[in-house]
Amino acid sequence: MIGTLLVANRGEIARRVFRTCRELGISSVAVCSDPDVDAPHAREADACVVLPGAAPADTYLRADALVAAALAAGADAVHPGYGFLSENAAFARAVLEAGLTWVGPDPDVIEAMGSKVAAKKLVAAAGVPVLPDLDPGSATEFPLLVKASAGGGGRGMRIVRSPDDLAEQVAAARREAESAFGDGTVFCEPLLEHARHVEVQLLADRHGAVWALGERECSIQRRHQKIVEETPSPAVTPEVRERLFTAAVAAARAIGYVGAGTVEFLLADDGRFHFLEVNTRLQVEHPITEEVFGIDLVAWQIAIAEGDRLPAGPPAPNGHAIEVRLYAEDPEHDWRPASGTLRRFRVPAGVRVDSGVEDGSEVGVHYDPMLAKVIAWSPTRSGAIRKLAAALERAEIHGLVTNRELLVRTLRHPEFARGATHTDFLDRNRLTEPVAADVRPAALAAALALAERRRRTTPPGWRNLPSQPQRAVFAHRGGVVEVEYRHGRSGVTTNLDVNVVRTGVDSVVLESGGVRTVFPVVVCGRHVDVGAVGFTIVPRFPEPETTLAPGATAAPMPGTVVRVSVAVGDPVEAGAELLVLEAMKMEHRVLATTGGVVAEVLVETGRQVDAGDVLAVVEERA
Amino acid sequence: MSTLRTAVDRRSPEYEANRAALLAGIANLDAEQAKALAGGGPKYTERHHRRGKLLARERIELLVDQDSAFLELSPLAAWGTDYPVGASVVTGIGVVEGVECVIVANDPTVRGGATNPWTLRKTFRANDIALRNRLPLIGLVESGGADLPSQSEIFIPGGRAFRDLTRLSAAGIPTVSTVFGNATAGGAYVPGMSDYVVMIKDRSKVFLGGPPLVKMATGEESDDESLGGARMHGATSGLADFVAEDEVDAIRLTRRVVARLNWRKLGPEPKAVDAPLYDEEELLGVVPTDLRVPFDPREVIARVVDGSRFDEVKPDYGTSLVTGWADLHGYPVGILANARGVLFSAEAQKAAQFVQLANASHTPLLFLQNTTGYMVGARYEQGGIIKHGAMMINAVANSTVPHLTVVMGASYGAGNYGMCGRAYDPRFLFTWPNAKSAVMGPAQLAGVLSIVARQAAAAKGQDYDEEHDAAMRKMVEGQVEQQSVAAFLSGRLYDDGVIDPRDTRTVLGLCLSAIHSGQIRGADGYGVFRM
Repeated sequence: MIGTLLVANRGEIARRVFRTCRELGISSVAVCSDPDVDAPHAREADACVVLPGAAPADTYLRADALVAAALAAGADAVHPGYGFLSENAAFARAVLEAGLTWVGPDPDVIEAMGSKVAAKKLVAAAGVPVLPDLDPGSATEFPLLVKASAGGGGRGMRIVRSPDDLAEQVAAARREAESAFGDGTVFCEPLLEHARHVEVQLLADRHGAVWALGERECSIQRRHQKIVEETPSPAVTPEVRERLFTAAVAAARAIGYVGAGTVEFLLADDGRFHFLEVNTRLQVEHPITEEVFGIDLVAWQIAIAEGDRLPAGPPAPNGHAIEVRLYAEDPEHDWRPASGTLRRFRVPAGVRVDSGVEDGSEVGVHYDPMLAKVIAWSPTRSGAIRKLAAALERAEIHGLVTNRELLVRTLRHPEFARGATHTDFLDRNRLTEPVAADVRPAALAAALALAERRRRTTPPGWRNLPSQPQRAVFAHRGGVVEVEYRHGRSGVTTNLDVNVVRTGVDSVVLESGGVRTVFPVVVCGRHVDVGAVGFTIVPRFPEPETTLAPGATAAPMPGTVVRVSVAVGDPVEAGAELLVLEAMKMEHRVLATTGGVVAEVLVETGRQVDAGDVLAVVEERA
Repeated sequence: MSTLRTAVDRRSPEYEANRAALLAGIANLDAEQAKALAGGGPKYTERHHRRGKLLARERIELLVDQDSAFLELSPLAAWGTDYPVGASVVTGIGVVEGVECVIVANDPTVRGGATNPWTLRKTFRANDIALRNRLPLIGLVESGGADLPSQSEIFIPGGRAFRDLTRLSAAGIPTVSTVFGNATAGGAYVPGMSDYVVMIKDRSKVFLGGPPLVKMATGEESDDESLGGARMHGATSGLADFVAEDEVDAIRLTRRVVARLNWRKLGPEPKAVDAPLYDEEELLGVVPTDLRVPFDPREVIARVVDGSRFDEVKPDYGTSLVTGWADLHGYPVGILANARGVLFSAEAQKAAQFVQLANASHTPLLFLQNTTGYMVGARYEQGGIIKHGAMMINAVANSTVPHLTVVMGASYGAGNYGMCGRAYDPRFLFTWPNAKSAVMGPAQLAGVLSIVARQAAAAKGQDYDEEHDAAMRKMVEGQVEQQSVAAFLSGRLYDDGVIDPRDTRTVLGLCLSAIHSGQIRGADGYGVFRM
């Protein structure tokens, strides 16, 4: 019987497991890196062991340190969460060898499934349909997908559309895989662009019982990472479901699976599907299954680890659940991760929120920038969509750029309503491109609320001889919005076709066409959020120091230089790769903004850089 | 409780008539002020913009803190003279990096920003305000120098411009000059005498003599940049402390200079502020169109002071003058307000005492003028009206707490002096559009002249030409009337601006806040009070 459980993870999943521990009466032990000492997960557990360092390799990926932490804290079991060492057979073995209970499948199974190449062979033998393997050196079928054999979460995954790019992309995928998983093995498969990613949740006990707990539709992805998941899948008919379950259970039985696991498939519109991989852990998106089946998967993981039997049959599903992953990232700028202080985080009641953050949390550069998962359940799919979109729209998320707007737009998209949620959903529907909405009224509301905040006892912007209007300029989605307004005796007049009804420090009421609209305004430093529309105050006076010399290239985000592709004196074209930065485990190519000759390279491989640091200078050749 | 009550009936015909008349006066005022705002007119404004330059008021708008108030001073300067309204300079009080400053900006669209005699007077007034109220002075300089045709009126008195700057500096009041264009010859001493100087690359030209003059004087060949360019002054002469990239950058640097002054106001902090109970809009209906009709100044006070709270002193004595205490935008003030035009002995003595009380408690004074002067007549002369008027004037003249004066209506005769007219150096003096000021009313003045002429004719035994008398009276009345209106007085710098009565509370609040940059101290002594 498990009395004290250590969760070898951080953030929302650590908190998720602790919640079940509290419900079951199990004592909880957290681990945390130095930057995480004040993180909610570190504070919530009954005990916490600090793993010195910040980088995952020094902390959450240190099997020895984690086992030592479990022993030191008197834990008798370890739950790995997802990511980090959750699918690391050596870690599972180390836990078991230390005499602790491993909440997960057997190390051998993890090992077998950890190699996607090997896993494919194994399940194919059990009759599960798989995609053919293509030769990374001489593939002729394009587009194709390069995948890391040890991969997960989209890391080390590359799309290749032309034979010219094959070698380079395979090399990049190998580097990323090596860096992320310590195993540079990659393989290639045909890329099915207009398909769906559907997975089956399994629970298997040590006594031969295997449950298939519905399928999850996880097709909407960015950078091969899921951002919207739902169950049941709108594309799965009872007949397909039957076949999926049969294949998933067959795969589980073929490998002797125990615990909670997931079998992933690629589903075509004609109902054919191919095996992708087995995830030998709890999935990020497990909550939607819990909501629909009314069970606690973590509790079952623990029960199975303790040797319990599953009841005769799984519970019946009820209703529909959708999850979105809220990330600190900028969808309009190539999903660039954001870091900084999350000044406020509130999601309205009525939905489930599994979050790793709270007001004031620091989102650093070391770990995945997912802030929270928001999950809505409703008897119907449309009900769940409506509930989730509204909750997200009304959530107060301030201080960091997030993908919230993109998620809301996704949920409210007619294609989504229709269930046309294929893997290319975001690209097909151009959801990362700015919407042409008129944000000027919102910008006006921002300006007027700021004016209220600056108010002294005399009227704001008072003039005895009015000549110039007040101007406020905001950055919004890579552009600028400018509004003009005057405070006069009869109220505020503006250059927009709206009437200002009321102004306050946190809300402004504007009237247009006889309709009064309340614009809630939240100001966090330079960021002003008006409802779900985010603005950044453009200072009235640009600092000349911050303007870059022509040809200078600055780091777009904090990260580490993993490769310098040019040397001083090299001729380069505009758009040529100067160097590669790694941030958040993703490689970002830094390109020349102008053509010319490399005049300076100010960094070297391995150098940590901050956003805005000048990396290289290209001089134009006359 | 000392909260004022109102007797104003918004539905009365008088209220409507008063309001209509005052609104017409305000419309006239706006039309005159529009002339100042127009600067040198569309042609020169456009040319200035085409050169990539900002207008004087655009520079000011960028200089002051976003959404802060700006009180422009003397906008009607030079009204009724041969020079353009506004006197080719914009002055005012604005908040820069949280610091209230006096800002003086040349308007280069008006005859190249050249200084005329009224430019000088307006600038000197701004300098005075900076010195008296301890406000940092920021000059936004771009002037072609003196208006040469009127040099005789400029050259000698104009030296004060430089004297003022260095005296401000000596008094610990920082001076900043930001040079947007020409500051040549005498104008070069404006940056020369300032504590801080910001210049702009390829724009600022600061030299004693330009290339032609140098060529004439010494035969040396030179150019603008080597004689007075920003880069030269920044790197070689050291006259420029900061060299800006462009106008906006210059304003940014100017703001940084002010941010680094580490400025502290020396006056007491204001208390919490609450608005008056009554709408300031109603001030328009309170003031009668006919200056001969008295009105209760408490109706004005009730719409100007915090919470309409007023603790009246001596309410039953000398009732033609209302005296009492109030708060205005959180600052305590003592108020003296004319109730029924004429000042008698009792009112004069009441005022003399009240002014001393305010000085004893270091409380600023607010004079609300609506006076036809001290009472005349044998009974009053015999009662010592001269002595009592003198006591009041003595107290006002030697009072050292800050004075604010608002001319709400009439300001005639020695009443103008006793109620702290321009000659008595109130820190700020503002006029309502309906106000009039002269030695006496136009009809009275014409009548007095008529009586004197009639007596002179009688003494010589001549017949008096009644027709001529009527014409003379009409002519004099017309002239006095024209010279006693607010715009005329404002044009002569006899006030700091004509204001919309509805802005009175805001204007006074801004002034009180500015005044509190300096210390507030009552008088230690007065002239001999003639008892």
